[in-house]
Parts: sequence; C-alpha cells; structure tokens
Amino acid sequence: MMVHNIPDQVRRACAIAKKDIRIYYLLGPVIIFGILSPTFLFLAFMMGRDLPVDFLIAGLMGMTIFFASTSVAPVIAPIETQSRNLERIAAAPVTITTVLLGDVLASVLFGIAISFVPILLGMAFGVVVMHPLTLAAGIVLATFCFSAMGLIFSAAPTSVTSSVMMISMMVKFPLIFVSGVFIPISDLPSWGRTLAMFSPLTYITDLCRYSFQGADAGYYPVLVDLGALAVFLVIFMTAAIKLHEKSLPERL
Amino acid sequence: MKNVIEVTELRKNYNELTAVDRISFEVEEGEVFGFLGPNGAGKTTTVRMLTGIIKPTSGRISIMGFGIEQDPIKAKQLIGVVPELSNAYNELSAWNNLQFMAELYGVSRGVAEERAEKLLTKFDLYDRRDHKVKTFSKGMKQKLTIAMALMNDPAILFLDEPTSGLDVRSARLIKKMMRELNNAGTTIFLTTHYMEEANQLCSRVAIINHGRIAATDAPEKLKTRIGGLEWVEISFDTHVSVSDLPDIPQVLEVRSSGDKLQLYTDEPGSTISRLVDYARSTDRTIVTLNTLTPTLEDVFIKLTGEGRAG
Repeated sequence: MMVHNIPDQVRRACAIAKKDIRIYYLLGPVIIFGILSPTFLFLAFMMGRDLPVDFLIAGLMGMTIFFASTSVAPVIAPIETQSRNLERIAAAPVTITTVLLGDVLASVLFGIAISFVPILLGMAFGVVVMHPLTLAAGIVLATFCFSAMGLIFSAAPTSVTSSVMMISMMVKFPLIFVSGVFIPISDLPSWGRTLAMFSPLTYITDLCRYSFQGADAGYYPVLVDLGALAVFLVIFMTAAIKLHEKSLPERL
Repeated sequence: MKNVIEVTELRKNYNELTAVDRISFEVEEGEVFGFLGPNGAGKTTTVRMLTGIIKPTSGRISIMGFGIEQDPIKAKQLIGVVPELSNAYNELSAWNNLQFMAELYGVSRGVAEERAEKLLTKFDLYDRRDHKVKTFSKGMKQKLTIAMALMNDPAILFLDEPTSGLDVRSARLIKKMMRELNNAGTTIFLTTHYMEEANQLCSRVAIINHGRIAATDAPEKLKTRIGGLEWVEISFDTHVSVSDLPDIPQVLEVRSSGDKLQLYTDEPGSTISRLVDYARSTDRTIVTLNTLTPTLEDVFIKLTGEGRAG
C-alpha cells in the first residue's frame, strides 16, 4: 500500500485542519489576539481623525487578516504539547510537513472568514471593492503567508501558550507601524519605506488599498505585492518546517 | 513464524544519560510480547522509539520490514499505539476522536463509521459517543484511547501500561480485549508493571534494567532459570511476626504478606517440618500451608535487583 504520497498526505492534513477548527477556533487567545486586538487597535487609531472610509477599511482589512491568520497556529503546538495530543500525532503516519500544513489550513480558513468582516463593514459604509479578484488572491496568499508566520512562533519548545503569544505580539505590533496600515507607505520617511519592504503586512495592505481605493492608491505594482507575499510564504513555511523538526523532540 | 519487530543495537542518549543501551530483540508475528522493567529502566523510551515518536541515537528498528526511520509512514501505518496516559482530544467527542484517527490513517469513511460503532459498543462507550472526552472518567478515557489505536486495524498493537490505575472491571475488559485481538492475529507489544498481567497474557517477555535487556524468554522458562528455590507460605491461628519464627538454616529470606508468612527456601520439605514443630511447641494451629514455585515477579526481582514490596 502506497501511503506516503502527496494527495494522501494532503487529505490527512485536511483531517488535522478539521480537528483544529473544532477545537481551537473559539479559544480565548484566538479570540483575544485574532479579533479583539486588531479591532481595538483600529478603533484607537480611528477615533477623532477625519480620514476617508476607504483608506480606513483598507488598513483595517490588512490588519485583520494579519492578526486573525497569525492567531490560530501559535496556540495549537503549546496546547497539544501540554495535553500530550502531540504524541498521538507523532505516532501517526503523517510527516511534520503534513501536520504543519493542517495547522496552516485551519489558520487560513479562520483568516479568510474574519476578512469578510471589514469587507462587509466597508460595503455598509458605501465602500466599493474595485478589484475583487485581486483582493481575493491577495487575501488567500496573505492568509497562507501569515499562518506560516504563526507557525514560526509556535516552534518554541514550550507548553505554555502565553509564552508563545507574547513572542508573537512582540513581533506583530512593531510590524503594524511600518507596514502602511495607519500611514500610507508613500508618507513614511525613507528609512520607514525601507523597513516596510521587509514586512509582509506591507504588501497585503497595499493590495487592499489598490482594491478599495483604486490603482492610484497602490504603492507597489500588484504583481510585486503578490510576488512578495509568495516569497514570504515560502520563506516562512520553510523556516517553520525546519524549526518544528528541531523543536519537536523537545516537546515530546 | 516471521519476525514483525526487529530491534538491533538500539540506543538512546539524553545528554550524558544513556536511557537505552544497545538493546536487540525480535518479536514474532502473533505473539504477545511483554516488556518488563522497573521505573526508569527504559521501557517507555524503547516503546516511543519503536513507534516512531522519538528518534534513536543509534541502532535500527524494523516494523514488518519497514525501517521506522527510513520508512516511517509505512511503518506507522501498520501499528496502533496506546500510551500510558490517555491522549485523546478532551474537547472532541468520543466519536470525533475515532473519526479523526481514521482520517489520519486513511481509513475510508464507511469502514471508519462501522468500526467506530463496533469499538464503542465493545468498550461500553456507545451511549457516550457524542459526549466530550473531558467528561469521561480515567477508565473511559483509557478504553477510548485503545479504541482509537484500533481504528486502523493495526497488525501490531503497542500498549504502554494499559491497565495502570484502572478499576478491576475496566482492567479485565482491556485484558480480555488483548486476548481477543491476539487470537484474531494481532501481535501485541505490552509494557507493564503488573507481573501477573504479563504472566497471564505474554507468550514471551523481555526484562529491561538500566537500559539493558537482562533476559528474554517465555515466562515459564524464565521461572526455571531461578529454579531450585521455592516459597513456603504459612498462616497460624494467632499472629506470628517474622521475628517470632525460629532460625531455619535452609531459609534464605522471610517476609510477611498480610496474615501469612512466606519463607524462601531451597529445602521446602525440611522447612515445613520445622514450621510444624514450631506450631506444636508454641501451641499454635496452622491455618494454611502452601508451597509456591517462583513467580515471574521473583524472576523480575532477581534479574533487576529491585527490593520486593510487602
């Protein structure tokens, strides 16, 4: 029986994703760091400012995708380490890549689902999605990219969820301020624009501006945004696999 | 009989500590193979290496011809694993835990549903199939963990202390299940602290101590290795402590066991005579008098040098 083939392992990754969805979507850390944090951060920024709705929605969209997609994967590994479920997975006929792909899929679906909130909110305020296909492609690519980034945080060999979330927030918060979420990239100083290039959040925010505000609002060409997200995805996923391969024995 | 598990020069180091030290053994198809040893002897580390959970430092493990490091997916596909502590998902129902296992092992939905129904019924869990596992007792969780390990209909089932801490009824149910599975052709690799359990279930046992295998053989053959020595067990109508007994030269050790005294001797006949004399001289009545041949526990004690309880 040939079991170590890609379609077979993908089916098993889907089973892991289904399990993750059933168990982890409604956990406190996911709700707090995935939904409440970006909401309150955005409200704090928006209050008392007279900014165009389409600009605000584009920023909210980028930030929501970022926070939602990076909130699921980091809680899975520490919780499963503590509850010994990881041992169950380690004894099963699945590769580490399959397990991580399953966690990423669960995280991606969460990010995509949450991304509908700012879209619907924007539509309620009369914002029109000018480039829906570009936006859809950007959301899918960005959720994969950020989910893989979340996996990097969860590679820490710990069974304490709060430790992982603390590391995660230490990286995520600074990125928000250099990624054109609150201030357009074109308005950043030159060092800010340089820093922005190294943040994956920059590119999905830019795609959102392009999709909601039109071609003139985008800082980078669409293909650059999509390409950069794809490159970050490959880097994050490769790093996550390597780090988890290294840390797994310490968690078992 | 062909070997379904082959272990060669297996070693596991944790920094300076050698948990398992170049052990080699084989398990034949259809066997119930017992893996015995005191706490910290290397039993669980060995099982975790055999099941691919942790990697050995060196050595080779073959599961039905597939190297656990070289072909982990194929090797793991053939086995079921029951850890000492339940690792079912507490937030999922019993049914969803079983279906998840089926999906992880690539079992088709129809087969998985049929198998889950049978296993839940067999383990008296069917009425609780939709309840979350976090509401289950320890015994129920352990039964579910075994059911999860059986969802892929494994050729080899690894059980690590499966009856540890369970009530008598649950423990008996699990032992009965092991016998039935073995009769149906499943090879069973059992680690246990319970010598009587190993004695009842295992066709062969290996005794591991300080990371090394001290002996591997059938339980009865192991007992003959320390043959020549027997226990004489006696109880009197009134309390007699170990220190009350007279010195009997042939007796190597005396211990109390409840209201009985047990004397370890190489001459049971003369020991009994001395005990009868003692009873007469002290005007006591002998309530029970038995001779006991060495048990697997005696073999274990002798080979591991562990102190005997009780």
